[in-house]
Amino acid sequence: MTLEMTGEATLRVENLQTHFDTKAGTVRAVDGVSFEVRQGQILGLVGESGSGKSVTGFSIMGLVDPPGRIAGGRVLFQGRDIAKMGEEELRQLRGNRIAMIFQDPMMTLNPVLKVETQMIEAVQAHGNVDRRTAWTRARDALGQVGIPSPEERLNSYPHQFSGGMRQRVAIAIALLNKPDLIVADEPTTALDVTIQGQILYEVQKLARETRTALIWITHDLSVVASLADEICVMYAGRIVERGSVDQVLDAPAHPYTAGLIGSVPSRNVKGTKLVQIPGVMPSMLNLPSGCAFRLRCSHADATCEASAPPASGGARQVRCFHPLTEVA
Amino acid sequence: MATPIVELKDVSKRFVKSLDMAGKLAAKLGANVREETVHAVDRVSLSVAEGEVVGLVGESGCGKSTLGRIVAGILPQTQGEVLYRGQPLSALSGQARVKAALAVQMIFQDPYASLNPRMRVADIIGEAPLYHGLTDKAGEVAYLDETMRRVGLDPAYKKRYPHQFSGGQRQRIGIARALAVKPEFVVCDESVAALDVSIQAQILNLFMELRAALNLTYLFISHDLGVVRHLSDRVVIMYLGRVVEEGNTDDLFANPNHPYTVALLGEIPRLDTRKRVFVPVKGEIPSPLNPPGGCHFHPRCPHAMARCSVEAPVLREIAPGRRAACHLNDAS
Repeated sequence: MTLEMTGEATLRVENLQTHFDTKAGTVRAVDGVSFEVRQGQILGLVGESGSGKSVTGFSIMGLVDPPGRIAGGRVLFQGRDIAKMGEEELRQLRGNRIAMIFQDPMMTLNPVLKVETQMIEAVQAHGNVDRRTAWTRARDALGQVGIPSPEERLNSYPHQFSGGMRQRVAIAIALLNKPDLIVADEPTTALDVTIQGQILYEVQKLARETRTALIWITHDLSVVASLADEICVMYAGRIVERGSVDQVLDAPAHPYTAGLIGSVPSRNVKGTKLVQIPGVMPSMLNLPSGCAFRLRCSHADATCEASAPPASGGARQVRCFHPLTEVA
Repeated sequence: MATPIVELKDVSKRFVKSLDMAGKLAAKLGANVREETVHAVDRVSLSVAEGEVVGLVGESGCGKSTLGRIVAGILPQTQGEVLYRGQPLSALSGQARVKAALAVQMIFQDPYASLNPRMRVADIIGEAPLYHGLTDKAGEVAYLDETMRRVGLDPAYKKRYPHQFSGGQRQRIGIARALAVKPEFVVCDESVAALDVSIQAQILNLFMELRAALNLTYLFISHDLGVVRHLSDRVVIMYLGRVVEEGNTDDLFANPNHPYTVALLGEIPRLDTRKRVFVPVKGEIPSPLNPPGGCHFHPRCPHAMARCSVEAPVLREIAPGRRAACHLNDAS
């Protein structure tokens, strides 16, 4: 069992609220999200587009730009609140203790600089090391993520790499300063199946070896099933269900989670009608009263309309008045 | 066996990047520049029987979309023959040609890029059937409403533009546009790849309903093996422009023959495999500009022999209804 209850969480998010002020009104993209990740733990943050999973990731990194703002709650990284930090303090942390891997590696890489330049810069920005040592660290990091002949590849530009290799470079940059926490936002979504398999293999190995805490943001339940220890399922800015991978996937308590699992073709008998969640994700500007999932849910009744269901406490959580399984 | 609805015979598609003036001059002066050729599709034969759903699987750059476009008649092939109900398309003309073209329609991947943003839904769906005489001015509205209802769109929205719809609804518009000319055969190119999981299930269910209701035949192109397995009767696996394996879906998934198929099936993340230790295939997909000689898969293949790098294996029958292109089958 990898869920270690000892020691302080690397990251503890408490009642995070990230809002976007738009002309049409305030969008509560993240509305009261709480979770924590420990050393060596992999947390899967799962949701569909518009669920607020990426904004949660950006909030942790202190990367929310106007019109967005963190409107409430705390993001405690090793006990210090990121939401209250100044830009300089954040810069010390980002790329050093906390790193992010984006869906598109070209968001990380500068197209006109050699990989070498970018990696050495990232090392020297956070530590008083000479160029030679920084170069060695860069080379080792590339080797660590499975890039063949790293000495030569350091001398290349990003466009000379394939998509999968670029994502490896981005992961290597994230690893340079041996961070305590990595936030990965859909890093394998744009990649082919065999390349995705390679990246997942490297990531799994790294998390085990370096004991880095990892938040894996994705829309793909099957990826987190084989990778993560714990899953948080998000819907319309809230975590609707949380628990260990086995708990959530084998005995989903929230009707939305159950619907998502049912929609995966491999879970259905071949050729039969897939379980489908009716309707579409509501607009974040115009959420239904009470439970946001109410209009798509077959279990909804008057209780669900009257108020939003609170989160049940504990490590296994569900936000639903009519959970499908009892959650202790 | 009945005549297949669509058949490809030894079809190839090559894209050539020819030299410009400066390039030609440089080549004359002895510089190392020459025309670059991509063998997107390399001598593929494929037949699809009426009422069948064939899944076409492969990774990016394997030529699956190009093949789909050739089948749909959007791209001309460089070599080989496309047959519609036993008749070579090149031999058809006039009314027969139009009929064959209408019978095969395509649904695209990106519901944002494949709909004209300046056209109303009514025109996107209704223009083609009116032009081709499937309906007349008097029956146009009823025909449009019926087509929209069939794919689960409310006809009240027909005056709207594509940007006023969600991704899933846009995909329904694309489906309605294809169905409006009463096709027999639909090529679906990654038609659910851009959609969220819950919406993807809705669209897949729609595909299955339509197949039953309208007796459609599908060529379903996807990189998602889970989706293909759920929907298809038969699966064709492509790698770098060539078909490496094909067979009945259940049979192929239970008993993959080609090492590439084995690797591909091993890589699918599944809901019921927890904490799996990933054992990746080594290497990358080579550039189609400069594919490896012999069997294209040999640099990544765990079973590669000396022969694999010089001689391309032939796709041949390994069991009834199963074909694979691998030298390993000769040894046994």
